[in-house]
Amino acid sequence: MEGQAGSKESNDCLITIRKSDETRIEIDSIVDHLFHDQILKAVEETLKEENIENVFVLVEDKGALDYTIRARLRVAINRMNKNV
Amino acid sequence: MFRSLLFVPGNNPSMLQNADIFMCDAIIFDLEDSVNLDEKDNARNLVETYLLTTKELPKAVILRINPVNSELINDDLKLLETRRIDYVLLPKANKISLFVLDKILNDLENKFELKQTKVICLVEEAKAIIEVYDLAIHERVRGLLLGAEDLTSELEINRTISGEEILYARSKVIYAAISNKIIPIDTPFTDINDTEGLIKDCKKALNLGMKAKTAIHPSQLETINDIFSPSKEAIEWAKALLAKAKTLNKGAFQFEGKMIDRPIIEKAKKIIEKAKLFDLM
Amino acid sequence: MLNGVKRDIPKNLPRFISSDDFLNKSRRLIEKKKKQSKTVFFNSYDEVFDKLKIKDKQTLSFHHHLRNGDKVIQDVSKIIKKLGLKDLHFAPSSIFPSYTNMIDLIFNGNITNIHTNYLNGEVAKIISEGKLKGKLVMNTHGGRARAIESGDLGIDVAFIACPTVDKFGNGTGAIGKNACGTLGYCISDLEYAKKVVLVTDNLVGKLDSYQLNGEYVDGVLVVDSIGEAKGIVSGTTEITKDPVGLKIAKDCSSLLYELDLIKNNFSMQTGAGKTSLAVVNYVKDIMKKQNIIGEFASGGITKSYVDMLEEGLFKKLYDVQCFDLDAVKSFRKNKNHIAMSASEYGNPFVKNSIANKLDFVILGATEIDIDFNVNVTTDSIGYIIGGSGGHADIAKGAKVTIIISPLIKSRIPIIKEKVNTITTPGEDIDILITERGIAINPKRKDLIEKLKTTKIKIYDIKELLEKTHNLTGVPSKIKVSDDIIGYVEYRDGTYIDVLREVHNDYIR
Repeated sequence: MEGQAGSKESNDCLITIRKSDETRIEIDSIVDHLFHDQILKAVEETLKEENIENVFVLVEDKGALDYTIRARLRVAINRMNKNV
Repeated sequence: MFRSLLFVPGNNPSMLQNADIFMCDAIIFDLEDSVNLDEKDNARNLVETYLLTTKELPKAVILRINPVNSELINDDLKLLETRRIDYVLLPKANKISLFVLDKILNDLENKFELKQTKVICLVEEAKAIIEVYDLAIHERVRGLLLGAEDLTSELEINRTISGEEILYARSKVIYAAISNKIIPIDTPFTDINDTEGLIKDCKKALNLGMKAKTAIHPSQLETINDIFSPSKEAIEWAKALLAKAKTLNKGAFQFEGKMIDRPIIEKAKKIIEKAKLFDLM
Repeated sequence: MLNGVKRDIPKNLPRFISSDDFLNKSRRLIEKKKKQSKTVFFNSYDEVFDKLKIKDKQTLSFHHHLRNGDKVIQDVSKIIKKLGLKDLHFAPSSIFPSYTNMIDLIFNGNITNIHTNYLNGEVAKIISEGKLKGKLVMNTHGGRARAIESGDLGIDVAFIACPTVDKFGNGTGAIGKNACGTLGYCISDLEYAKKVVLVTDNLVGKLDSYQLNGEYVDGVLVVDSIGEAKGIVSGTTEITKDPVGLKIAKDCSSLLYELDLIKNNFSMQTGAGKTSLAVVNYVKDIMKKQNIIGEFASGGITKSYVDMLEEGLFKKLYDVQCFDLDAVKSFRKNKNHIAMSASEYGNPFVKNSIANKLDFVILGATEIDIDFNVNVTTDSIGYIIGGSGGHADIAKGAKVTIIISPLIKSRIPIIKEKVNTITTPGEDIDILITERGIAINPKRKDLIEKLKTTKIKIYDIKELLEKTHNLTGVPSKIKVSDDIIGYVEYRDGTYIDVLREVHNDYIR
């Protein structure tokens, strides 16, 4: 019911996703003051592309670029779906 | 044409985001040995999003896929749909694995209307050394990369800096490649702190006929580029010789006290071609 | 009112105009303090405070040569807490993370104003969050010397940690169990403070050579320990393995070579970071290959420069502070390893300062903007994480000033439209070297012209900004509070920028 991907290394992020009653995204980023909106957008767009709703997503970010966030989230989603 | 190719682990965001700045002629994004089995999906997705979204990519993009007999191969090759991959590096290449890869690629290329995918064979099995000419002759294959670590492991022998133990393998790869007009690429030098050793190893490979070398750390690239580039003296010699050849316009002539004929003129032309390509003139 | 770098400076405060503006002013000097006939010896800090009648609102100064190993500022802070003195003005040349005893004094109003050149650690954090009741003024090393000798920064008592002192009150940092080498930053304090106390843990009979002249010393306090010399190490002896740093270092050395800056009798200064060290090594290679002998290297001196002095690659080292114990050792035994005071180093009014003699300097940046203004004072949120030190001094003095920095650090772009805080004005920055390209200040047409015929590609700094944003995305503007907590004082005594409290949303 849960999927996790990535790491807490520099320039990476650790993403945890699990089923929930509604979609909720929590961002804990070292660059939150500069990139909060962009991180949120990357997560929301990826969820949409993968047709995922009603999940809780936790992004623990160490300065990952957008494509890294997207890649990690995609893998976390796949892993969550496999774990069902 | 390459001098230096750098291996970058596919699951390392820090390395990936700087892949375009390193002084190499190609980056090998690795999905195979540098990636743990449980991180294969992470590496594949990361390389894919990187290739699709990054404006400034390396000069040449090579993807090292997992072996054809692993179940990962189909997912790995889906990355060709990004249309950003210049070469696929086939690990454990031999006649059979190349045959299998060719078949999968044919299907993919038809299905997604892709251009023919170029392949570099990683020659790292004793069997592959024996079959190397058959690999080189394949129409997809544009380069042979010697993988001496796996090879010597199979042979149960140690690697040395002088490299006698891989002389035969190196030579086989070089002759198979050159005779088919493709590039022979040397095995990496694995001690990243030993610059002297790297220099010796590069010179050895160069003198045998290798045209490029792989690096496992960016700090090795400067040395590799220096050694595998035509020297300033060679470029000057080639320029002067070709200038003289042009004015004389005959098959054989004397230059700097030596008789010059067609093969030497061809050699000079190659030097100039390389010097231009690598921005040395 | 906007100053010369378009920063809004409150009315009635001296506004920065340009880095050359000091030329329109004349040097002011107060009289050096009265020379003492006899040196008094104190038995304890309590006695020092008592005899010197240290009281509320006075200005106490310190130097930072013992860096994170300093115990003197810690011990003085303890006494202040015990005595309950209020509203003191602290003027240490720098404040390091180990100076933790200052924290309570700031919270409780024992220290209300601070004048320093560099500040990090917990003290920096609480000041950034608005806990200092008065103001923080951040100066440069050369500017601090100017401020002291002109009387702009009047010092009531200077506490000078001194590794060895003799019976006549002369002092040196070259020897002693806590030897830290040259004591360049406290020379103005010594000569101009109203009262001077040397604090030492090594008293000897008579020193043959010394940097601190006992004639200026009012008293000597002998304590068990002034600190821990090992704590002074700030440089690194390890060349970077970071591939981005290596690339920048390599490109920097190619550029130095193409600009013909590495030639006989040249002079240079770099920071002590890993990438700087890699540059120094490349420079060393070029010097050896071409048999070049440089005139001098200066700065905080590290082992790599000591090695070059010993190999005969430089004739001299001018050293304001030793960054490692190899430098301390060299300072002790090598007569060509020469001490300089902060004033001799970078005081704008010293015509032949070392800063002015430098051919090129290589410096870092936390941020740089499209006008080439550099910030090394605050981070991307607005927390104070450093300060000029000698940055603005040598940037002004050197013929060519080069900034080396990666374009991106953990997604944070180094190039900005406008830096958060201006430490060094863009007019004094000539070249920016990043892993993705080199930009040259359009002012330096001579450098641009010189590089035209070479293979080195020059970008407009705005192109580099765009490249950065292509990778990171465009960052949001950060929020800052309106409350001014202090000022960045340029070396000439004018204010180049204000420091604002970190916004509440960012305080954790």
